[in-house]
Amino acid sequence: MLWAALLMAVRAIRRNLLRSMLTTLGIVIGVGAVIAMVTLGQGATARVTGEIASLGDNLLVIVPGNAGNKHSGVAGAATPFSLRDADAVAELSEIAAVAPLSGRGVRVVYGAENTATTLQGTTSDFVRVRGWAVPEGRMFHAAEERAGAPLCVLGATVREHLFGTQNPLGASIRISNVSCEVIGVLEEKGQGTFGNDQDDLVLMPLTAYQRRVANSDDVAMMFVSATSSSATPRVQTRITDLLRQRRGIRQGDEDDFVVRDMKEVTSIVESATGVLTALLGAIAAISLLVGGIGIMNIMLVSVTERTREIGIRLAVGARGREVLLQFLVEAVVLSLLGGVLGVGLGLGASWVAARALDVPFVWVPELVALAFAFSAAVGVTFGFFPARKAARMNPIDALRHE
Amino acid sequence: MTAPLVELDGVSRVYGRGDAEVRALEDVDLVIDSGDFVAIMGSSGSGKSTCMNILGCLDVPSSGTYRFRGADVGALSRDQRALLRRHYLGFVFQGFNLLARTSALENVELPLLYRGMPGGERRRRALAALDAVGLADRAKHAPNELSGGQQQRVAIARALVTDPSVILADEPTGNLDSKTSREILEMLRELNTERGITIAMVTHELEMAAFAHRVVRFHDGRVVEDREAA
Repeated sequence: MLWAALLMAVRAIRRNLLRSMLTTLGIVIGVGAVIAMVTLGQGATARVTGEIASLGDNLLVIVPGNAGNKHSGVAGAATPFSLRDADAVAELSEIAAVAPLSGRGVRVVYGAENTATTLQGTTSDFVRVRGWAVPEGRMFHAAEERAGAPLCVLGATVREHLFGTQNPLGASIRISNVSCEVIGVLEEKGQGTFGNDQDDLVLMPLTAYQRRVANSDDVAMMFVSATSSSATPRVQTRITDLLRQRRGIRQGDEDDFVVRDMKEVTSIVESATGVLTALLGAIAAISLLVGGIGIMNIMLVSVTERTREIGIRLAVGARGREVLLQFLVEAVVLSLLGGVLGVGLGLGASWVAARALDVPFVWVPELVALAFAFSAAVGVTFGFFPARKAARMNPIDALRHE
Repeated sequence: MTAPLVELDGVSRVYGRGDAEVRALEDVDLVIDSGDFVAIMGSSGSGKSTCMNILGCLDVPSSGTYRFRGADVGALSRDQRALLRRHYLGFVFQGFNLLARTSALENVELPLLYRGMPGGERRRRALAALDAVGLADRAKHAPNELSGGQQQRVAIARALVTDPSVILADEPTGNLDSKTSREILEMLRELNTERGITIAMVTHELEMAAFAHRVVRFHDGRVVEDREAA
């Protein structure tokens, strides 16, 4: 009987194909939007948390400026750090490495080739803190850093632009009229969280950068690696106390720098995703409700239109429950059709968007199953009233209906 | 002695209440034995259609009893009456009442569908029924591709496909010309004589009533005449 009802439903839907499609549109759009948004959201979260995790859960970033104070003015206006600040931070306990960093956009020239990139003055601790390998050549030594030797390590993108397939090691390139020797190439990292090319950079010893390129002792930011993940809150406090003292901030005044724990960033991203998911859930519920009302509406129309058919079925011996089943199945098939089209649309759209935005396409089977379950539930819920109306018809009146 | 196939005993049917009360049937006694062919006549409003609805288990008496094969139909639930229709009754209507945009074959299969018959057998029996009414070659046609007479023959095939005890025909020739009407009546008579199917037919044409064995005439909700057909 169920199979027969299914065939009848498919036939009835095909008979009014355009109307059926328009009816399911509410469900299609609702399910499609949710599938697309959640799939994309999962992809974006996966990428962000993946990147943050790859930075290590013991990483702290120190930047000048005030995180949340509207009176502090622009962040760039805050006093930068110095190399001595970095050395002082490195003296604190439970700290594995400190990488001071200062950089600017430059044009790099090798022979006839040139490219625009970012020059970062730092120490060899930079690659250690960021977990960045140097597969070709080497990073600069501490002695070279102190001496301010004109050496550089290329990011994969810069290396490709300037050297193509040639060996860059030992070559001399010109950066802002400073000639420097290539001693290493960084491992390729690909795109970053915001679509930026992480490999588009050149590293130089910080002192060399300060003296030869920037003509200033400023340090723009510091990467600090704590000895363990559990030590980061203590290290955060120690650094804050030390820097307040070094920068002469009085008791009660706000910090003019921020010590950010990358773990916090992860939890912020995760809680933002949680909020987003809850919002999407609400949108899904509303769109399914609207879609369901659309289905109920059209099923009521259909039941009225087919009053005579119902009369005939009752006359030849259909019981109320069989008529009920027929119309209920029709409503469920309609809503499931909407679910299928919606899932297809959602997955297709998110696949395309994932490609375009370069986030991973995260296939969430539970979500698809949930979408189908909800569409079926919508069909049963909103199909029941019209189906019951059909089942309760008086066969005599139904047969006379014009 | 076995109970008669159909037995109305003091049946009344009242619609509405108070001032709007309409007594469509008034104390009707009627017995139809198995194998009979009864023409029910009367002017419009005489109660003949109400009587057909009760005989067809589509309606129940307000008072009195209707026994079908000895069972009190008034005591049955809606669903039980549906099962009675499914297994023992066939209907032929004035307006044919075929499912639109559905092939003749599928229209005829419909009652078998509710019997839960497997598809292959359903098809075979429906084709046999269509063949019996001479429309085997029209099995794939939808009702709007058939003439009135052909549509009514499809309806007859639908009524007989379940091998019913009774076929109830409510003005089966009302929408047909006289030549086609006679063909339809010949067909009903053939079903009656060759298959032994009992037939109760409402008509207001004497010519059609002449095909029956027996004529019952209604007037103002009462049976005023019950005689052998000429």
